[in-house]
Amino acid sequence: MSHSPGNSLSGPVRRGPGHQTLIHGVKVSTSTLIPPSYPGLRRLLDGGQVAGCSEYKLSASDADYRVLCSIRLQPASRGKMAAHLTNGRVNLNILREAARKELREFLDKCAGSKAIVWDEYLTGPFGLIAQYSLLKEHEVEKMFTLKGGRLPPADVKNIIFFVRPRLELMDIIAENVFSDKSNSRDYHILFVPRRSMLCEQRLKEQGVLGSFTNIDEYILDLIPYDGDLLSMESEGAFRECYLENDQTTLYHTAKGLMTLQALYGTIPQIYGKGDCARHVANMMLRMKREFAGSQNQILPVFDTLLLLDRNVDLLTPLATQLTYEGLIDEIYGITNGYVKLPPEKFAQKKQGEGSKDLPTEPKKLQLNSAEELYAEIRDKNFNAVGAALSKKAKIISAAFEERHNAKTVGEIKQFVSQLPHMQAARSSLANHTSIAELIKDLTTSEAFFDNLTVEQEFMTGVDTDKVNTYIEDCISQKDPLIKVLRLMCMQSVCNNGLKQKVLDFYKREILQTYGYEHMLTLNNLEKTGLLKLQTNSRNNYPTIRKTLKLWMEDANEQTPNDISYVYSGYAPLSVRLTQVLARPGWRSIEEVLKMLPGPHFEERQQLPAGLHKKRQQGENRTTLVFFLGGVTYAEITALRFLSQMEDSGMEYIIATTKLINGSSWIKSLMDHPETQIP
Amino acid sequence: MYSGCVSPVCEMSRAKADEDDYWNSSKFTLAFTFDEEDDDYTRLKESKKAVNSISALADEDDDDDDVEKVSWSGEPVGSISWSVKETASKLRPAGDSRELGFPKISASPSLPKNNSVYSLSSLFKAKTKVGGMLSSSDSFSDTPARHYAPELRKPKCEYKDYISNWSPQETILKMQQGKVVSLERFQSLQDKMLLLDKAVDGHDGNIITAILIYLKRSLCKEVLFRELVGRETALRHYIHYLKESGEQKVLLDLFRALGRTEDEALLQYKHHLTITDENKRRDFLKTCLGLPFSPEDSLHVQDHYTLLERQIIIEENDKQVERTGQSDVFKRFPRKASILNMPLITTLYYSCFYHYSEPEGTYSSPANIRRTFKLAEKQYFLTALAARAKLKAWTDVDSLFTTRNWLGFTKKKSPVAFQRVLDILHKNNAPVQVLEVYVNLLEDLELKINMAHKFKCHDVIINTYRDTKDKKQLLGYQKKFDMSSAEHKKIADVLNNSQIRWKN
Repeated sequence: MSHSPGNSLSGPVRRGPGHQTLIHGVKVSTSTLIPPSYPGLRRLLDGGQVAGCSEYKLSASDADYRVLCSIRLQPASRGKMAAHLTNGRVNLNILREAARKELREFLDKCAGSKAIVWDEYLTGPFGLIAQYSLLKEHEVEKMFTLKGGRLPPADVKNIIFFVRPRLELMDIIAENVFSDKSNSRDYHILFVPRRSMLCEQRLKEQGVLGSFTNIDEYILDLIPYDGDLLSMESEGAFRECYLENDQTTLYHTAKGLMTLQALYGTIPQIYGKGDCARHVANMMLRMKREFAGSQNQILPVFDTLLLLDRNVDLLTPLATQLTYEGLIDEIYGITNGYVKLPPEKFAQKKQGEGSKDLPTEPKKLQLNSAEELYAEIRDKNFNAVGAALSKKAKIISAAFEERHNAKTVGEIKQFVSQLPHMQAARSSLANHTSIAELIKDLTTSEAFFDNLTVEQEFMTGVDTDKVNTYIEDCISQKDPLIKVLRLMCMQSVCNNGLKQKVLDFYKREILQTYGYEHMLTLNNLEKTGLLKLQTNSRNNYPTIRKTLKLWMEDANEQTPNDISYVYSGYAPLSVRLTQVLARPGWRSIEEVLKMLPGPHFEERQQLPAGLHKKRQQGENRTTLVFFLGGVTYAEITALRFLSQMEDSGMEYIIATTKLINGSSWIKSLMDHPETQIP
Repeated sequence: MYSGCVSPVCEMSRAKADEDDYWNSSKFTLAFTFDEEDDDYTRLKESKKAVNSISALADEDDDDDDVEKVSWSGEPVGSISWSVKETASKLRPAGDSRELGFPKISASPSLPKNNSVYSLSSLFKAKTKVGGMLSSSDSFSDTPARHYAPELRKPKCEYKDYISNWSPQETILKMQQGKVVSLERFQSLQDKMLLLDKAVDGHDGNIITAILIYLKRSLCKEVLFRELVGRETALRHYIHYLKESGEQKVLLDLFRALGRTEDEALLQYKHHLTITDENKRRDFLKTCLGLPFSPEDSLHVQDHYTLLERQIIIEENDKQVERTGQSDVFKRFPRKASILNMPLITTLYYSCFYHYSEPEGTYSSPANIRRTFKLAEKQYFLTALAARAKLKAWTDVDSLFTTRNWLGFTKKKSPVAFQRVLDILHKNNAPVQVLEVYVNLLEDLELKINMAHKFKCHDVIINTYRDTKDKKQLLGYQKKFDMSSAEHKKIADVLNNSQIRWKN
């Protein structure tokens, strides 16, 4: 193994299962040698480690072939059935069907041919509910994006605006309606997820309110994302709840949970931690009382609901996620289940096409569990992804080799019949190999390493009470402001606030380097508690860390035995709380719960007689964990890990106001983020 | 998209060669320094190879129905966002439109047009309605000839609801159920507040806002503010509503009435972002100076104002200088953008770039900016270094570090690590002679050698090995040079020096 002089940190020499020696060297700067106490970090740097193919035989055996053939048993088409929603323990397709029904009903209300004018933001979430074919069946002939000026020509009876309740959109709608000369048309507005008085008032001021035949709302509270995941896709939720103190989102949350209970039965037990959680629970109980007349006769699917405030765990989203899916989100951002990637790696160089120009448009990929390979690797620590991909490649190659063994017409026919599925598997493998390369480029960079080192120092409580030189350097190099804010907030959270001197220093440096107007953003961060001044009370983060075992020295990324693998050492606080609740119960951590903000509580909802579950021996219980204010992919992964643990006895379904990562989260709290210097 | 091919087997080998070629030539390969076979990267490569080798075979069959079709942008064909683009691009020319002749449905005259569930006219127009009953007919006065689709969703019987006289509680309940209600009936302050409290109890933000809009219209500001003080939730919604609808003035009044002076100040300050004219913005910031900010923020706002004031002066002057071509530096490095509204450090950089040698008395001189804004030594130093290095003004760089002690000896000092200095110089393509000086100042021997290797400072390396009496390393290093080169000769001289007692 080679050393670039004095500049390389080498990983341990490991022996793979029987046949290979694995050595990995990664360049790091000498100024940031890793203290031995960061096993996760070291492992991350070591790269692949043990090949992870101990059970895998190198020869293409029949067994491998069967693995491949099983691909076809997995739902290959996502179009009509949304098969990824039915894979999980709870059939979330019911929820999707309910939403589709609602949509059809609205469309039928506007009799005749229709054109839909879309608030572009909504096409993503709607895509999770319906395809164009559904709209077409209901006489939707044209679809446009909402833009100022004149509507594009369309000889339809109805123009329907599908919009979020936003004032600026009302102005555009007014412009559209005014400039439309055709007077035989009907206009309609469908507000998603709620109609809003403010918007209707604006339409009124613009003098177009009277032009609308229908103003309605499409209550899209909880959108099924995947077999175990629901999101409200409410971008401003955290800001509204914790900065503006506006509880509208919480009302929608409660409503969404009522809808969910109407479809999946009353949830007998409700636990919660935090002010917002308390508030939502109160609303739910109240709403239930109001509907007291009608008993829900559905056998409960969920045993427990856990409501968690995001501000109970401000730390986790600030840390860089180290799972495959988490890193994709950190680097490229996943929106509505899609990711846009740089096109270069995905160029299809084809026979006969010569050297065509590379596509310049980003490559867009859908990411969910309907893709077998993705379902398999998304929850892995990134360091285990390489091995998994290579294993998969071997299996697929072997399957294609099978064609040589196909002798009889029958065999050939059978082989050919499996080709489409093999092709799907192949293109899926190609995509993820490319994505893994893109990510690896980044995770092996010095900048990524330095950043991670500082994060892990903070999380383990090293020097959190002083000005951190790395943050200082980031500022003087004018690194992206969001990165700086993320680290600074993390230091503050891990130190239960910063000392006056430290806080003042950071603030001054930031304002001088990035502009004084960011004073507004800094004030916002302080109001939400992400940044705070240390008061006289002592720093209780170390106690929380120790009691909840937030830092695990021996996190195993390849074959994990604890949730801490998702951050290579750090176990997300929110998920630890969930884990402890299931066993041994929150009573064991009363002290820590008191240190975290907001009340913790337990409520019970009476079930009608006869709906009490008779549990089979060894049958798992199901908990719905609702993150108020956002959840990260790594936290979802940690919960999936708990579901899969053999002795956990608990399966988790996750719901949230929005899928977030540290950057999108901080950004939502910035005032005028666009004024930021790139 | 994948194109089908006729003969999978013969295509395969060609395609493979092709793709391997691409793969091996891709930039990515170069970015890696792994030299062992079995690392992650090799694995990735393996999977890629496997993928490629089977591509031709697999490409054959892409009209299978089970495989979802995806356009290049990745949208599944038939998805909504894909269709928005598709249907929009397939527009028929306007002239082609045929009259479809839909049957016109007349709205039943006995029913008010249910265009909006809460009757907005009652909320937003101070019209007295007869008998407390509402119709939204005034909403429609501008388009009397319109036809309306019948309401399918709600049975007719529901409409009679609004005739009755509801209590505040019932009113809120009806609103929650999406029915038309009249708020005009609630005239006394007590009733109005009861209504508000019931709305808050219901938690529906939209209804709370609706009530607040009614209260805002029907109560005087002072009374409303006073009533909101004890009603935290309603107050938050009111603030949010004012923010959203841009009623800056009312909001400022509210903050003042509540004694939330800091919020008031910040809100006022925020307004500057909407002012584009720099002189107006400066004047506005000046009016912010007296606002009740927190002590720290108040200093920041003062600095913000001073900075913009100064930028305006500098900009005016430099524009003139640039136009008339008086100054050499502006000719060599034309300004890419105006300095207006740039952050302080950027302004300092600009000043170090274009106005470095000016005396402290001028507004645009670095020294003046440094003093006015009380910049820390480190900040000033790094910025000046970056600016002068960019201009390749190495003597300026040198003098930044030079200090004289009382005996008149010069010494190199730096408030930041010399390693950092070297990074900055190297990024600006400093010549070896310049880099050498700073590499020599590194105290850590290992770091010094590494840096010297990185920047190819041969003399430093040779001298260091000589000083550490490391013959072995020196011999190894000598091999890198031509026999005829100066470095080779220098190493030979050192090796031949009988004075040195080598350690190996």
